Amino acid sequence: MDLQIALLLSQDGITNGAIYALLSLALVLVFTVTRVIYIPQGEFVAFGALTLASFQAGKTPGTLWLLIGAGVAVALVDLTIAVRTGMLRRIPRIVGWNLVYPALAAAIVFLLKPSGFPLLAQIGLALVLVVPLGPMIYRLAYQPLAEASVLVLLIVSVAVHLALVGLGLLFFGAEGSRTPAFSDASFDLGLVKVNGQTLWVVGASLMLIVALAVFFERTIYGKALRATAMNRTGARLMGISTIMAGKLSFLLAALIGAFSGILIAPITTIYYDTGFLIGLKGFVGAIVGGLGSYPIAAAGAILVGLLEAFSSFWASAFKEVIVFTLIIPVLIWLSLTTRHVEEEE
Amino acid sequence: MMSPRVLLAGFLGLLLLAPQVVSEFHVTLLNYIGLYAIVALGLVLLTGVGGLMSFGQAAFVGLGAYTTAYLSTAESLPGWVAILGGSPWLGLLVGLLVTAVVALVLGLLTLRLSGHYLPLGTIAWGISLYYLFGNLEFLGGHTGMSGIPALSMFGVVLKDGRSYYYMIWAVLLVAIWLTQNLLDSREGRAIRALKGGVVMAEAMGVDTPRSKTIIFLIAALFACVSGWLYAHLQRFVNPTPFGLHIGIEYLFMAVVGGAANVWGALIGAGVITVLKQWLQDWLPKLLGASGNFEMIVFGFMMILVLQRAREGLWPILVRLVPQRAVRRELPAGEPLERRSVPVSGEILLQANNVVKRFGGLVANNNMSVTVKAGEIMALIGPNGAGKSTMFNCVSGVDRATEGEVLFRGQPVTDLNSRQIARLGMSRTFQHVRLLPSMSVLENAAIGAHLRGRRGVLPAMLHLERSEEQRLLAEAVRQVERVGLKESVFELAGSLALGQQRTLEIARALCADPCLLLLDEPAAGLRYLEKQALAELLRKLRSEGMGILLVEHDMDFVMGLADRVVVMEFGEKIAEGFPDEVQRNPAVIEAYLGGVE
Repeated sequence: MDLQIALLLSQDGITNGAIYALLSLALVLVFTVTRVIYIPQGEFVAFGALTLASFQAGKTPGTLWLLIGAGVAVALVDLTIAVRTGMLRRIPRIVGWNLVYPALAAAIVFLLKPSGFPLLAQIGLALVLVVPLGPMIYRLAYQPLAEASVLVLLIVSVAVHLALVGLGLLFFGAEGSRTPAFSDASFDLGLVKVNGQTLWVVGASLMLIVALAVFFERTIYGKALRATAMNRTGARLMGISTIMAGKLSFLLAALIGAFSGILIAPITTIYYDTGFLIGLKGFVGAIVGGLGSYPIAAAGAILVGLLEAFSSFWASAFKEVIVFTLIIPVLIWLSLTTRHVEEEE
Repeated sequence: MMSPRVLLAGFLGLLLLAPQVVSEFHVTLLNYIGLYAIVALGLVLLTGVGGLMSFGQAAFVGLGAYTTAYLSTAESLPGWVAILGGSPWLGLLVGLLVTAVVALVLGLLTLRLSGHYLPLGTIAWGISLYYLFGNLEFLGGHTGMSGIPALSMFGVVLKDGRSYYYMIWAVLLVAIWLTQNLLDSREGRAIRALKGGVVMAEAMGVDTPRSKTIIFLIAALFACVSGWLYAHLQRFVNPTPFGLHIGIEYLFMAVVGGAANVWGALIGAGVITVLKQWLQDWLPKLLGASGNFEMIVFGFMMILVLQRAREGLWPILVRLVPQRAVRRELPAGEPLERRSVPVSGEILLQANNVVKRFGGLVANNNMSVTVKAGEIMALIGPNGAGKSTMFNCVSGVDRATEGEVLFRGQPVTDLNSRQIARLGMSRTFQHVRLLPSMSVLENAAIGAHLRGRRGVLPAMLHLERSEEQRLLAEAVRQVERVGLKESVFELAGSLALGQQRTLEIARALCADPCLLLLDEPAAGLRYLEKQALAELLRKLRSEGMGILLVEHDMDFVMGLADRVVVMEFGEKIAEGFPDEVQRNPAVIEAYLGGVE
């Protein structure tokens, strides 16, 4: 291996690592706020990418049906509760978000023909379709079990993951898709050529991370999420709804997931089930941070990206084995540094 | 009305007859149900009973299958393993060995961490092993290995599904029997305490990391056996059935069937296998496309099961059958050996200048307490004075920040609670820590954990029955002693709070301690019950036991204690005989407020 190859591999590694870093942040966010180990995060990556690809191919993306279906299900559940408890003034809100919003989205998709939209508008519309699925899934699958143990929530996550992968296969079929690059530019830096998409991915990831940091530090909702993450009961006593916090964290996670998918789709072909492995690599990063620290999780995720790039050069068949074995030294380190006395309920 | 015994006999009869009457297709289905149930059974032990979780069981199945496949088909084995080749039975042995090593390493890595690291670790391990199987040349890569010989037993070659059926189901029934035996034993009680009772179990001397490792190991070995059976049934292996998604399916089987009961594994394996078969036939036709669409149904089904019937199907089925009659026969056995009783007046416990800080909060400051054999020492003080923290520091549940604790002259400051328990200190908890779904008898018997010796293997084979009888008899004696004889077979969760506290005392007494730590034993007791408790404590004192008591009921304390230490804001404000302390102005001020 010479320097040039090393630089090329590093570029690949950092590009993928930036995506894993975004995902690992979302995973840490969801885990600290709701105690949910969010396995289905990867499906949002696939859904974001495949929805965009559908627009570009002039097809109706299956996520639209998913959005309508989930919306109807949430509306049914919430309306039943609203009627039964006499909270009738909640009805307009429930109908608005879960029935009217998907209907409007459907109207845009069918009437305005997004295949002719500029890329940015297509991306926006893809996010409009995919992101609300996050809080809807929280409402349907997790909220009724919000007080259950971490392990029960983990089984729910795996179940949601399975259902979404199956639905992804149903809606998008088994073929993969790749979207055109955001930019064809490439910059020659002597030894290595940096291509435009890499800069897009890294730049967009950095911007999203900064935006998240500002959100957590400066806004009341960001602070509410941090408060819930630190102490659920305490936050509740201060008037922060844990349901709101849960839905908000799932919304952010869905946004990050779908956006990551859109960023990565020009680099790798995305299949209905590709998201799972991508999401798990984000997890390896998050575990490096002990599922609690944002900066260490992001650094861990970059490390995963680099490790993956270099091992695909040296031993490409064993790429996945090497990446997932990385968590073993991490676990050794964690088990040597934590003194675990808490009671698992 | 049918008793469970009749139902079991009927079920076994049906099993015996089944392959003679049903079609080849159904025999195959039953074979797979049996194979899957063996794996799910391990998960019942691991998840439903022990509260741990693994998504990687399919990978252990793969280890079992690939080990025997490799050893029984490879043409040129390296010399040192060649002697192992050729026989499926050697393949089984080596497979078990390999699995045990992998499970031990994996367990060692994750079992000390919070509960969710084990499942995450097993996901990573499941994926890694799947890709390893698929990419290793000598294991046939993604195409797999064929030509695995059939099993033969006593000269009979198990070539077809019908003959193999008996092999699979015999293994499953033996595994169920072993598991049930294990759960009904001293080691089993320790395992059942893992879910929600770790702090208590440790205080009773249970090595909980060891118990966790044991069930992880057993679950992995069951999976390995299933894989070995699978390889010799199929006579062909490839990586597909050992991937992560199958590992997830195994977990679903345990959860759907009812992870808290061994039979739940069988129900779950049956339901999921039949449903999968049926869905794979119908869904592609219905949806007009091919693919694993049963995943969608399984996903939705799991969410519904967890939201609506978290205990799974087995408890629902059990309700259809009349409840099992409670065993009325009290266990009897020879008394257990007792530890040497300290001489009355010997200093048992000596805490010197103990400081305990939680961050900036000083919960105990410079606390010193001594307890002698044959005396009752009371620790009193207003709420929040730091009494329970002091208890936790002394008993090793928490570690003192500074200072020194000596027990029978030996420093125990840095020991954990199970090491201290071994030395002869036993305790109760202010917030009752019982296992509500276990009987009063079993709860008390956990206290006697350190007085038994027989390990997991004798327990699985029920070779330790005489020791078990002695342990249970001791538990009965102590339960009787605290006055709960009437409720011996009732569930601990059904007792009133006051009775639960007395059960905690019985559990502590089962450990045959020389120092007893009681945290508010009289709270929630009625007047007569308090008198009986005081009588019991006096009797224990006269037998030479030292007792350290935290209590709020002053009449109870002053009539009973030999000496009293008063705490306020984490510090000792007075010490002495009860009547001295009662006249002490600082104590009066702490309790009643001073004169302005």
